[in-house]
Amino acid sequence: MSERHRVDARGAMCPGPLMEMIAAIKLAAVGDEIEVLSSDRGTVDDIPEWVAKVGHRMVESVALDGYWSVVVKKAK
Amino acid sequence: MSKRVLIVGGGMGGTIVANGLARHLGDELRRGEVAITMLGDTDQHFYQPGLLYVPFGRMRESELSREQRQVLNRRVTFHVDPAKHIDVEKNQVTTDSGKTHGYDYLVLATGSRVMPQNIPGMVEGAHWFYELAAARKLRQALDTFQGGTIVVNVNAPHKCPVAPIEVTLMLHDHFRAKGMGEKVRLIYTYPIGRLHGLEPVANWVKPEYDRLGIAYETFFNTSKVDPAGKTISSEEGVDLSYDLLITIPPHQGAQVIDDSGLGKGGWVPTHPRTLHREGSTNVFVVGDTTNIPISKAGSTAHFEADTLIDNLVSLIVDGRMTRTYDGKVYCFLETGMKTGTYIWFDYETPPSPSPPTQMVHWLKLAYNRMYWLSARGLL
Repeated sequence: MSERHRVDARGAMCPGPLMEMIAAIKLAAVGDEIEVLSSDRGTVDDIPEWVAKVGHRMVESVALDGYWSVVVKKAK
Repeated sequence: MSKRVLIVGGGMGGTIVANGLARHLGDELRRGEVAITMLGDTDQHFYQPGLLYVPFGRMRESELSREQRQVLNRRVTFHVDPAKHIDVEKNQVTTDSGKTHGYDYLVLATGSRVMPQNIPGMVEGAHWFYELAAARKLRQALDTFQGGTIVVNVNAPHKCPVAPIEVTLMLHDHFRAKGMGEKVRLIYTYPIGRLHGLEPVANWVKPEYDRLGIAYETFFNTSKVDPAGKTISSEEGVDLSYDLLITIPPHQGAQVIDDSGLGKGGWVPTHPRTLHREGSTNVFVVGDTTNIPISKAGSTAHFEADTLIDNLVSLIVDGRMTRTYDGKVYCFLETGMKTGTYIWFDYETPPSPSPPTQMVHWLKLAYNRMYWLSARGLL
């Protein structure tokens, strides 16, 4: 059964939200979703760019109160 | 009844916590009101940041380790008996030897480890320097290297986030000093779309690499290594040929964390300011073991340890917490064999690298020797 994992990377300076997501996706099973919370506006562009290169799937990207929620599905 | 503090892990974070507690609670320890116990997996204390210098012959192996018993305050009870199961519901830890240790306060300091075996071909095809035997092997490879392409490959997650940049710049200087600068081509790969997780560091290092002729490949997450064909491939579909491959392998936390159901991958969900294990009020986490999204580095462990010491002393003496961790990280960064810089940042303040100087390089070399004072809680 697929799970959703949350990575709270708000305020993360180093290594940053995308690196945190890459680390989390390696531990996840195919079909799982990773939700990254980020206070860095760049995440909204960085994560979809990487997801497209690797072949995972973007689920959603939502602006919340001072931060963003980006959800990715592990596709392979 | 005495308060029992149990520390699982004898690396930098656990050792600084143990010694700091012993120093601040000397009277309570003497009166038998407090007991501090550490469970480690070796009788040696190892200074991991020194491994960066081993491939270049710049630190002797004898400088990297001391007997853990000699590093620890004599009032800390120390067992070389690794934790096998940690039960945070029953407040007890069972060890490899079958002993069970109860606690009032538990400090998880189990650290992280390299996992080159997680990537096909990496163990056979790559060198790394995050472990002593591997660093020795890399030193031999550098000594006999006749020229060609060296790929410095970075994988996520990994500890000491500036070390890949340091080793790349040191390799450049190393071969130039040997008169081989023209024969060696360096290629640096990084998992995200810039050269470092910290944007100011990435912005600083890019023109440095351009100036020195160091090539780079971003968005490179290693999928496999072909040792026979001497090729490394990425999930993004890029293949690179190499004559010598130096990798920063992906890391995981300790197996006992996974096995005890305390955190996937060995990373324990941790409150970023109180350093409590999420869901516990008497379990704290320090160093690489946390899942806090900040650098896994010695200085992180040190600043977290200072916070934990103050809070545990206050909890034991006054029954209250006294302060929170502000996310502070401070890293020296070698920018070659003769210069260095540093960065610091916290949860609120982004880093801003200063221009490299010879003085900072010397400071880093001095710290490498002074580390033992830090571990003892004196610096």
